[in-house]
Amino acid sequence: MDAFCRLNGLVAPLDRSNVDTDAIIPKQFLKSINRTGFGPNLFDEWRYLDHGELDMDCSKRPLNADFVLNQPRYQGAEILLTRDNFGCGSSREHAPWALFDYGFRAVVAPSFAEIFANNCCKNSILPVVLPAETVAGLFDEVEATPGYRLIVDLEKQQVITPSGEAFEFAVDPFRKECLLKGLDDISLTLQHVEAIKGFEAKKKGDEPWLFG
Amino acid sequence: MSAKTLYDKLWDSHVVRCDDDGTCLLYIDRQLVHEVTSPQAFAGLRLAGRKPWRPDANLAVPDHNVPTTDRSEGISDPLSRLQVETLDANCADFGIEEFAMNDIRQGIVHIIGPEQGVTLPGMTIVCGDSHTSTHGALGSLAFGIGTSEVEHVLATQCLIQKKAKNMLVSVDGQVGPGITAKDIMLAIIGKIGTAGGTGYVIEFGGDAISALSMEGRMSVCNMSIEAGARAGMVAVDEKTIAYVKGRPYAPKGADWDQAEACWKSLQSDPGAVYDEVVHLDAASIRPQVTWGTSPEMVTSVDGCVPDPVNEPDPVKREGMQAALTYMGLSANTPITEIYPDTIFLGSCTNARIEDLRAAAEILKGHKIAANIKRALVVPGSGLVKQQAETEGLDKIFLQAGFEWREPGCSMCLGMNDDRLAPQERCASTSNRNFEGRQGQGGRTHLVSPAMAAAAAIVGHFVDVRTLEV
Repeated sequence: MDAFCRLNGLVAPLDRSNVDTDAIIPKQFLKSINRTGFGPNLFDEWRYLDHGELDMDCSKRPLNADFVLNQPRYQGAEILLTRDNFGCGSSREHAPWALFDYGFRAVVAPSFAEIFANNCCKNSILPVVLPAETVAGLFDEVEATPGYRLIVDLEKQQVITPSGEAFEFAVDPFRKECLLKGLDDISLTLQHVEAIKGFEAKKKGDEPWLFG
Repeated sequence: MSAKTLYDKLWDSHVVRCDDDGTCLLYIDRQLVHEVTSPQAFAGLRLAGRKPWRPDANLAVPDHNVPTTDRSEGISDPLSRLQVETLDANCADFGIEEFAMNDIRQGIVHIIGPEQGVTLPGMTIVCGDSHTSTHGALGSLAFGIGTSEVEHVLATQCLIQKKAKNMLVSVDGQVGPGITAKDIMLAIIGKIGTAGGTGYVIEFGGDAISALSMEGRMSVCNMSIEAGARAGMVAVDEKTIAYVKGRPYAPKGADWDQAEACWKSLQSDPGAVYDEVVHLDAASIRPQVTWGTSPEMVTSVDGCVPDPVNEPDPVKREGMQAALTYMGLSANTPITEIYPDTIFLGSCTNARIEDLRAAAEILKGHKIAANIKRALVVPGSGLVKQQAETEGLDKIFLQAGFEWREPGCSMCLGMNDDRLAPQERCASTSNRNFEGRQGQGGRTHLVSPAMAAAAAIVGHFVDVRTLEV
């Protein structure tokens, strides 16, 4: 996967809590057998006024002008600012695929659903957890400042505002390493083939019913 | 040795290796595969020139996309058909067993696992589906994963994981007559919230959980993800052992004796310490109905739609207001004055034989109310359907005005043709009431099978316990 180091990106605010993965990418788009091409259907039911299907040309569909990502000032956003429990519900990895394909590289929220956050890290998207009051302050700043950008520095584990204020965030050391270097999990695990085989051999002796 | 929780035991017995920071390789005993979240994983294997580590550890079934009407002509939607055919081809190429669409054993992945004895106590079980937690009812560690991890398990038989925290949800005492596993779980979610379990594995305990049938425990564990938990589980007891014994893929002979002895230790030790303990008084739980667009937006059938003005938190208040607008409901409306258009009886939460029996018992000798436009029963598997037909339940449903369908996920998420129209209101036995979940603009109220059946007859939500049947 692509490495994630330091991002200086335009921020788009999605002021809702409990945004579920059904909303991020509705079910009809899950019929695709590919990993790419989900960007035009990100938040499909909020973003367009008609009903979308997988094979439609989205450039001709009527847009919901009220939806935040359709506002001119947020075009090209790379950082999504949102509220609690973002990404809850279905485990569909199509959700981070859609966010990435659209152009998002980081999501900032007070909390994330676990499977979603894990899926993001496998797809070069950084889920950044900041305290709810910090996020609330950022919402105010984004609203008040057209072109508002944030720097997300994974190495330093900081979100830096245009005025230079820095907010520290926690990140799992293993995930950080993988994101910084763009490491592939399967290759990492396959470095331990002998350990897996040894574990499996013992298990086969102890619990033979689990095999074949 | 210090006292361990059930989760501690399951975790410890599957750790292959661990780094100092707690990042572990966890061995996976069983992976269940379905057509929606696996094509890209198989494609990834192919791209890297890898093969499945242990093809026999996987079982595949198409469930999300399959039609629930006549299947003799195959799948008419070309996209759905391609996805199911892709699963068939991948299973054939990689030597993975599949219950294909027209196999009598086909059904919802989380129904067929326990039904076949493919998922067993003590196992680690994963699937590219968040409701994998269902299998925790057997005393296993079962959780949903994304497609990258599906590929990872195929390639390595392991997952990279950090241990979650332990939570005990103890449902103390006994529920009253007519209160089901679904009501218990919705009440739990109402209490701890949809993010209440984030970072935890939940063990469900207490007398009310012990008293549940295995199928009831599955309904509870199924919705662990709706409480945000990584997994949900119930300790092994005599019911667990009796449930598993004799199932097609369960161990036999000497293997059975050895397995049974091993499984009997799958309880939390006395004095085991949990990071969080939540108690619910079982006797206080009443039939539950969701009113909003998140499973935590739930109340008792004798309650009212809450008024957002009483919510002090502004973010929550706006969320409630948005939910009421989406649901087409006014604050303070009694739940019993909500009229569904549609009844959906199905899903991995509530499409097992006991669920169908519970609904049929209410429906027997009745017809659906005039305002109910359609009512579907979608059995969880071909074998559940067959069993129901043997018991004559299909006739009760048909006489009541229900449609009797083929097994699959169906209207729980509407990837096939079974979906709600905009503003169509549904009493549903499924697990998610998110915006658009059952169809764009559709309005979902989550209830138990008995409550769905009662609403079907009366035409509005009603306390099933007060119904004269």
